[in-house]
Amino acid sequence: MTDEPTRVALVTGGSRGIGRAVAELLGARGHAVAVNYVSNRAAADQVVSVIEAGGGSALAVQADVGDEDAVAGMIEKIQESLGPVAVLVNNAGITRDDLIMRMKASAWDEVIQTNLSSVYLCSKAVMRGMLRARWGRIVSVSSVAGVYGNAGQANYSAAKAGVVGFTKALAKEVGSRGITVNAVAPGFIETDMTAALGEEVTEAAVTSITLGRLGSPQEVAAAVGYLASDDASYITGQTIVVDGGLAL
Amino acid sequence: MEKSEIESKLVNLLVDELGLERDDITMDASFEEDLDVDSLGVVELLMALEDNFDVKIPDEEAEKITTVGEAAELVSQKLNG
Repeated sequence: MTDEPTRVALVTGGSRGIGRAVAELLGARGHAVAVNYVSNRAAADQVVSVIEAGGGSALAVQADVGDEDAVAGMIEKIQESLGPVAVLVNNAGITRDDLIMRMKASAWDEVIQTNLSSVYLCSKAVMRGMLRARWGRIVSVSSVAGVYGNAGQANYSAAKAGVVGFTKALAKEVGSRGITVNAVAPGFIETDMTAALGEEVTEAAVTSITLGRLGSPQEVAAAVGYLASDDASYITGQTIVVDGGLAL
Repeated sequence: MEKSEIESKLVNLLVDELGLERDDITMDASFEEDLDVDSLGVVELLMALEDNFDVKIPDEEAEKITTVGEAAELVSQKLNG
């Protein structure tokens, strides 16, 4: 790994699961990390403590990343405390699973807002600083659901596929300014989100995973961390699937 | 601020921030057609104008800017009312 300067990183949904693992990894690499959370202050504070205990600096920032004003307020707060965001990790995400025949419009809207509109809002909000710096890294967390589709997750799959398209478009828009835009698409990862699926679904899923097990948040964070680093300087517009060979 | 002062500061910004040739810049020059500045470059220029002249340029006004002279005029309006 190339020695990198200290940068300001923002991880949305950084208090739990994959986001937490990403925040801790970037903190351990010496970056100043803004750990965004929406409701679980205690969990976000804990991530901040872990990063600080390792000698890094971090800040917990509350915001609903699907809300434009909240995002603007968050970016301003980060700018004042840490400086302009150089590394943005769009990780925040929710599920509201249901069969399409039963899916309420609110379940559709909430998932699109939190999982897709947030990517647009946060990327737009940090763009000024990245353009000025002529350097930036945006890494968004998509999902295999967005690449292959999952029954019962039409809203989630649509949002996650949207992230892939957004990533390609923005990569083309800002590539000439030294800003790369990429995504990772995790498969079955051990998080609160997959724990909610239940043992039966999980066991069935494992039989179709080439590596024969679920992935850990740290294994996804490693891919995110790579794309956020100087080492990934010639990669943009890509979605790296991190699924243990699910679709082979 | 005098219009001529705004214009000369603007020309300096175009040279320093966007790497344009001083000799190519006239007030009638179109950013995209004459100066080969892409649309993102125009956005960056407007950001630089906001920073350097300490003015706020709303997106709907920014979108109308096509020439160097229009940019100078907009800044002048913002500063002098």
